Amino acid sequence: MNAIPWIHMAAALVLAPILLGVINRTKARVAGRDGAPLLQLYFDLWKLLHKGAVYSHTTTWVFRAGPLIGLAAVLGALLLTPFGKSGAILAFDGDLILFAYWLGLMRFVTVLAALDTGSSFEGMGASREVFFSALAEPAFLLGLLGLARVTGAISLSTILPAVTAATWLSTGPALALIAAAWLVILLAENARIPVDDPNTHLELTMIHEVMVLDHGGPDLSLILYGAALKLWVMGALLVSLLTPVRYGVAWQDALVFLGGMLILAVGIGLIESAMARLRLTRVPQLLMGALALAALALMLIMK
Amino acid sequence: MGLDALFVLLVLTGLVLLGSSLLRSSIRVVALQGAALSFLPFLVMESSWAGRAVFLAALTMGLKGIVFPMLLNRSVREANVRREMEPLVGYSLSLAVGIALLILAFWLASRLHGIGVGISTLSLASAFFMMFIGLFLIIARRKALTQVLGFLVLENGIYAFGLTAVGHIHWLVELGVLLDVFVAVFIMGIAIDHISREFDHINVDQLDQLKG
Repeated sequence: MNAIPWIHMAAALVLAPILLGVINRTKARVAGRDGAPLLQLYFDLWKLLHKGAVYSHTTTWVFRAGPLIGLAAVLGALLLTPFGKSGAILAFDGDLILFAYWLGLMRFVTVLAALDTGSSFEGMGASREVFFSALAEPAFLLGLLGLARVTGAISLSTILPAVTAATWLSTGPALALIAAAWLVILLAENARIPVDDPNTHLELTMIHEVMVLDHGGPDLSLILYGAALKLWVMGALLVSLLTPVRYGVAWQDALVFLGGMLILAVGIGLIESAMARLRLTRVPQLLMGALALAALALMLIMK
Repeated sequence: MGLDALFVLLVLTGLVLLGSSLLRSSIRVVALQGAALSFLPFLVMESSWAGRAVFLAALTMGLKGIVFPMLLNRSVREANVRREMEPLVGYSLSLAVGIALLILAFWLASRLHGIGVGISTLSLASAFFMMFIGLFLIIARRKALTQVLGFLVLENGIYAFGLTAVGHIHWLVELGVLLDVFVAVFIMGIAIDHISREFDHINVDQLDQLKG
């Protein structure tokens, strides 16, 4: 059995929180501050794991199961994610659908746990999350469909390594459109700035943060870690699409991939520094825009 | 490849128009579309037509990229209109309609494939798409000014269709069309001016008050 995917998986498990550290550090630097340490999220996770949890009397087992199943779902997605140009641990035909629905399951249990608190505030966040992801998911799937059509493969682990410099030369505009659509979806799904602000707890515009307000202690740490992993897997797809180089030597490919992830994190930090959060009514418009880009890319590919 | 990228740019400007809420930025996008369109003659004409291509490109660039936006911006300034679009169909729904129109355009183009040699589906589709978007903007936006924009986008689509599908139109015809568009935009500018002076707004859905 090939050991490389396992090493990649271990790297993802260890390195995912540092991605958020890089984003925050970039934002701080652009704003002229020193910022939190790069490893801040590790400290937070460590601290939270050593705390107890408080559960409201209205909550049931659904509320407690939410963070656990959510983390398990994103781990399932991680198993299917190819890193850079090497395949994933699990790969079979059609696994891209399963990938999308692992992320869907993660969202579903988070929403259920939010609704289980009985708080109207969390219900509001859940409603927004579901509405926006209903727009983001088709765009993501259309992008995958386009890539599957270009490369003639229907497994993530064969699609993404098949995107080479030659593919970019022949279908460049379509791939660029898919990458743009995926970047928007990445920002929306991970509650980054043009859609949601991870730093504030302002009820008017909160989406993701509002759903996890009632979680505390170990549960919150599971949610934070799951969110970091989600950013990592979605980032991994985007980076694999955008880096069409393949050396064939494991450590060189890994270096290219990790470099790409670093650039992506800095890029997200720059986007967040340069943009204000969109008004909530404009968010569906942004996601429809992403959907339109993905649809156009698919049309370009299928023509 | 260059041609493909140009057509993708044209389609993208159409999509941006559907989602944009400010008059001035829409005018800028239409100007960008016109400017992008002016590069089309270089890409589709044979090299023996180089002189004509340069002439046509310069004229298109001058009119659609510079003169029309100036005229429209002047109308916005003088009519003192609110800067928002006041759409009849919301922006997100407009974008959804845009996606449907995009699919329709590609379907239509694939059906028409074969009317000429070497005409790509993409070029036909983007020309159709611009026509559809132009018509849709005329229907779905309230301001008289956005109707001018819709008309311009519609004309851009017809221009792109003519250049790619027919190719060698006599230059007199092309000049005549450009002149017509110029006069049309000019007259619409004057009309908008009159409407705004008479009614304090340029919303066309209230023009039925004109009848005595």
